[in-house]
Amino acid sequence: MDYILSIVVLAGINMIAVLGLSIFTGFTGLFSLGHAAFVGVGAYTSAILTYYYYVPFPLALLAGSAAAGLVSLIIGIPTLRAKLRSDYFAIAILGFGEALRVILENLEITNGARGLPGIDSFTTLPIVIFCLGGGILVARNFLRSRWGAACIAIREDPIAAEMAGVRLFQTRLLSLVVSAVYCGLSGGLLAHFLSFIQPVMFTLIQSTQLLAAVIAGGMGSLSGPLIASFVFIALPEALRVAQIWRLVAYGLLLVLIMVYRPQGLMGYSEISSFFSKNRSRERMQP
Amino acid sequence: MFLQTLITGLSIGGIYALMAVGYSLVFSVLNFSNFAHGAVIMLGAYVGLALATKLSLGFGLVLAGSIAGAGIIAVLNERLAYSSLRRRKAPSLYLMISAMGCAVFLENLVYATIGSRFYAFPEFFGRQIVTLGESSVSLLDVGAFVFALAAILGLHLFISRTRTGIAIRAGVSDMTMCSLMGVDLDRLISIVFLLAGGFAGVAGVFLGIKYLVYPTMGWVTNKAYIAAVIGGLGSLPGALAGGLILGVVETFVSVYISSVMRDVFSFTLLIAFLVLRPNGLLGRDSEEKV
Repeated sequence: MDYILSIVVLAGINMIAVLGLSIFTGFTGLFSLGHAAFVGVGAYTSAILTYYYYVPFPLALLAGSAAAGLVSLIIGIPTLRAKLRSDYFAIAILGFGEALRVILENLEITNGARGLPGIDSFTTLPIVIFCLGGGILVARNFLRSRWGAACIAIREDPIAAEMAGVRLFQTRLLSLVVSAVYCGLSGGLLAHFLSFIQPVMFTLIQSTQLLAAVIAGGMGSLSGPLIASFVFIALPEALRVAQIWRLVAYGLLLVLIMVYRPQGLMGYSEISSFFSKNRSRERMQP
Repeated sequence: MFLQTLITGLSIGGIYALMAVGYSLVFSVLNFSNFAHGAVIMLGAYVGLALATKLSLGFGLVLAGSIAGAGIIAVLNERLAYSSLRRRKAPSLYLMISAMGCAVFLENLVYATIGSRFYAFPEFFGRQIVTLGESSVSLLDVGAFVFALAAILGLHLFISRTRTGIAIRAGVSDMTMCSLMGVDLDRLISIVFLLAGGFAGVAGVFLGIKYLVYPTMGWVTNKAYIAAVIGGLGSLPGALAGGLILGVVETFVSVYISSVMRDVFSFTLLIAFLVLRPNGLLGRDSEEKV
């Protein structure tokens, strides 16, 4: 039972990060190969706060999320202002993520590459469910707001959106910061669940896994990536597949999706549209 | 000390340039970042390793076998993972994700089947040292540098002098027009990947000899992307210049400032170039068109 519980908690924590990346990649149309670094920033910030300074857990979580949001500004402001080609942006944020990891590996306070052991395990299932539920609600409302509509317009056609008066830089930056905050929250929960963190837990591989969930679930859907992320975590655990073969499967899956079904599992639609007789599916379609 | 650092930097830069050339070549034709290039380099190194240890071949044959092996792998990679995307004119981001998938797939397949052990090549060059004035360099470093220059010069001649080379350059400037003029695009792109794979094979063997052979050795290609971006994505002379510049600058940073901050410095350089000069030093204009 403990084993199943831990899988569910891990899946829930992962879903929060995927939710964030989904806003950025799925709804704003910018690809990131560096979001695991934001998870790392959240994890380290909150863990350091509770470990060295005895800050209460909720406050540490908030601080971790805020730190991830702030760090995302460092990369977001120059690259998004320069309106890089989308694939150049993906390379830039990849470089940023790797550089952050090198920094984490060499700081005194993070205990370097050996990692930070003995973090109090505050994270419980109800907390994760609460955070995930809140996250879904905020994401849904964000996407239905003016800002969310602007994000979707940019995804469909940045130039047309700009001509219609959407401010590209501000909207993309907002979307990046929101997604980084989600990742930071997920990192804080992760650190206080595993009670051990290490810089190698936040590399390109983890970024690829997050991206794989968003792409497999469908770019332009919130429920699709959530389902995909849950399946990605839970299914290999349930089948007891070795970690290494999971990565082989992730890689293969990415290629297969791009070749056969680039719109992903859900495409532009949400799970709720299957219950409400296609009404919302038509509305969501571009 | 200064001269020694410069020479070390140039020899590392030569290997970066070898990797960046293959990457840049694919970028110039298909206009996407081929993240699987690192995995092809790694597989090339494993092919060379198998030839050297299992069949105990000499250096020349190992290099030739590795070039052929990596070339074929690159062509297969294109056929299986990119060609259908290319034909339906998918956005270049889809190609990039597919390439990322290939990299993750191949790397971990090697992990899962061959294992994470580090393998060493037999010592082809021994520990021979060449002395230049007050500083000394290993024969391997000099060899790698000279070979890299020669190979890139050869590629340049191929692209500028032969019929196939002209077709590749035509494809770079306009794919559709090129195919209207009777060029078989599928064949052309296979040739491009064969060339890129060949260079990956060379880079793999030299990397493997200089360091070791292991599943994540392809990650060094992060440096090749940086080199290609500095020189200008899609430009061959740019890839060479970018590789050498990066190699030298990096070595100077690690000697005079801090070896730990070397990678942070390189990535900062990457981001600075992308933001301030996205076409690099020698690249052609590549605005996203409406």
